[in-house]
Amino acid sequence: MRRGGRGAGWTVGAVLAVGWALLPVAWILSLSLKAGDDVQNRRFLPTAWTLESYRVVFRSALFTSALRNSIGVSLIATTISVALATLAAYAIVRLEFRGKRLVLGMALSVAMFPVISIVGPLFDVWRSVGLYDTWPGLVIPFLSFTLPLSIWVLAAFLRQLPWELEEAALMDGATRWQAFRRVVVPLAAPGVFTAAILTFLFAWNDFVFGISLTSTDRARTVPAALAFFTGASEFQHPAAAIAAAAVVATVPVVLLVLLFQRRIVAGLTSGAVKG
Amino acid sequence: MASITLERVVKRYAPGAPPAVDGVSLSVRDGELVALVGPSGCGKSTLLRMIAGLEEITEGELRLDAERANEQGPRERGLAMVFQSYALYPHLTVFENVAFPLRLARRREEEIRRKVGEVVALLGLEELLDRKPGQLSGGQRQRVAIGRAIVREARAYLFDEPLSNLDARLRGQTRTELARLQRRLGVTTVYVTHDQLEAMTLGERVAVLRRGRLQQVAPPRDLYARPVNLFVAGFIGSPPMNFVPAIVDGECLSLPFTRVPLPSELLRRLPPGPLIAGIRPEHLADAALVTREERGRGTTFEARVDLIEWLGDAQLAYAPYDAPRELAETIRSLARELDGEAPRTQLVVSLDARSGIRGGATARLWLDPRRVHVFDPRTGESLTAASSAAS
Repeated sequence: MRRGGRGAGWTVGAVLAVGWALLPVAWILSLSLKAGDDVQNRRFLPTAWTLESYRVVFRSALFTSALRNSIGVSLIATTISVALATLAAYAIVRLEFRGKRLVLGMALSVAMFPVISIVGPLFDVWRSVGLYDTWPGLVIPFLSFTLPLSIWVLAAFLRQLPWELEEAALMDGATRWQAFRRVVVPLAAPGVFTAAILTFLFAWNDFVFGISLTSTDRARTVPAALAFFTGASEFQHPAAAIAAAAVVATVPVVLLVLLFQRRIVAGLTSGAVKG
Repeated sequence: MASITLERVVKRYAPGAPPAVDGVSLSVRDGELVALVGPSGCGKSTLLRMIAGLEEITEGELRLDAERANEQGPRERGLAMVFQSYALYPHLTVFENVAFPLRLARRREEEIRRKVGEVVALLGLEELLDRKPGQLSGGQRQRVAIGRAIVREARAYLFDEPLSNLDARLRGQTRTELARLQRRLGVTTVYVTHDQLEAMTLGERVAVLRRGRLQQVAPPRDLYARPVNLFVAGFIGSPPMNFVPAIVDGECLSLPFTRVPLPSELLRRLPPGPLIAGIRPEHLADAALVTREERGRGTTFEARVDLIEWLGDAQLAYAPYDAPRELAETIRSLARELDGEAPRTQLVVSLDARSGIRGGATARLWLDPRRVHVFDPRTGESLTAASSAAS
C-alpha cells in the first residue's frame, strides 16, 4: 500500500512539474494558431484554428532574414568554437606546460562575465572597426563566451580517455596528428556533441548581443527580430505572429537536442568500452 | 628484423631524482626473444617504453641495428608493441583494429585484406572480424592486440606484460601459443613480465631487473643453476629458493639444522663470518626415497615438519627453524622485496608424491651439497656461481 501510494505521489509530482514547464510552450503554440481577434479572448484553445500567423511570419522579410542570420551565425560560431575547443582541451589534458591551471582558470572567469557588462564598450568598438551589424560582429562575442565552456566540457571528457590508445596509435606508425584525428577525435565525439549543443543554444538564444550589435536585416537574429515584430496590419495586435515566430525559432533547437541526444548516448556506450 | 642495443641507459623522471632505470646495458640479437623480468616498480616497463620511443632516454644510447635511435619517434623506429591493457581502438571493428597500421602506411586495399586475412587466420579470429573490442573476451582482445602488432613487418616486437590480464588457465595456454608464434616468425622480441615462469618459458635469454639495475642476463637454465646474487636466486624458481643462515666451521658449512661438507676448493674462497646458504626446495628430498648410493654423496639430517601441502604430483613440507637475528633480518627484507610475503625462516622442501612424511612429526631429509649456493650477506653476491659447484 505504502509503496503504491509513493508511486502515485511520484506520478502526480512528475505530471505537475512537466505541466508547469510546458504550459507556457503550449500557450504560445495555441496562441500562434489563433485567428484575428481570438488572441485576446482569454481562452486556452483557439475557437478557430488557423495557420495564418505562420504565413504572415514567413512572408515577412524581417523574419526570414533573421532566421537566415540566426542559422548562419549560430552554425559558424558552433563550428569554430568546437574545433578550437577540441584542440585547446587536448593540449591542456595531454601536454605539460607552465601556466596550465592559469589558462583553465582564466577561461572559466571569462565565461563568468555578465554579458550585459561588455555590450556597451563592444558597441563602440564594433562601430569604429566596422564590425557593427555584421555576422562576424556576432560570431566573435559568441565565441568568447562559449569557448571556455566548451574547453571545460571537452577537457573533462578527454581526461577519461586512456592515454595508451594514443600511444598504441603512435606505435602503429601514426603521426601525432593522425593519432589525434583517427583515435582521439572519434572517441571524444560525445564530448564534442555536448559542447556543440551548448554553444549552439547559447548563440541561438542570445538576445542581448543580437539586439545591441545589429541594426538591420543584415545581421539581426531571430530573438532580436521578435522585438521588432508587427502584425499583418498596423491595427492588429502582433501577438499571434510573434507566437508563431517563437514556435518556428524553437523547433530547430528542440530537433537538434533530440537528434544529438541520440548521438551522445550512442557515443557514451561505445566510449565506455576500454581497450 | 633488427637487433636492439642498449648502452648504459638511464631514465630520470626529474633532474636529480633517483633513476628509474640505472645504467642498463643489454643487447638483443636479431631474431632473439629476451624476457625482461623483475618485481613491480623495477623499471622494466620504463625500459621497454624507452625502446619503443614513448619515453625519452635521459642518458645512454639506444641503437637499432647499428643506428642510434634516441632521437627518433616511435614512428621512425618502426617497432610494434602489445600493451598490457591491449589498447584496442574501441570505435573500430576487429578487422579495422588489425588493419590500422596498414592503413596508416597507406597500403592498397587488396593488400590490406590479404594481410589482415593471414594474421586473423593465424590467430583464429576469423569469426570475430565485425565485432567491436567491447564484445570480445579478454583472451580474444589479447589476440587482436597481437594481430595488430604482427600485421606489418615491424623491425622488432615489444610486449608489455601481455598476459597479466588473463586468468591463470588462459595465461598458460596463451603463453604456449606465443612461444610457438615467436619461434615460427623468428622475430626480434623484448618481452616484459613480472612472472618469472613466463620469463623462463618464453625467453631465450632472461634479463632480471631490480630497482632499475640489471642483475643478470642469461639463458633460463643458467639463471636457475647459477644465479649471481641473492635477488636473482630468490626471484627465479617456484617455490622460491630457501635462504638459510650459514657459517664455515672447519671443513663444513654449518646450517641451523645440519652440517654440510663442502669441497675444499670452495671452502678456501668463503670468507669467515656469517653467510647465507641457498637451497632450492627441489634439491632437498625425503631421505627414505633416496638410493643408498645417492645418500652416501649427500647429507642426511632431521627436521621438524609442521605442515604438508599436497599438490598431487608433489608435496611441499614446511620446517621452521631458528636463525640468528642479524641474518634473519636480511632474509626477511629480501623476502618482502621479492614477493611481499611473510618472513621466511622456514625450510621449504619439495617432496616426491610417494613420500610418507607427515606434518607435526620429525622427518629425515636428504640434501645434495653440490647444489648448495652460498651468498655473501653484505653484498648479496653469490660465492658459488663462478664454480661448477651449483650446477
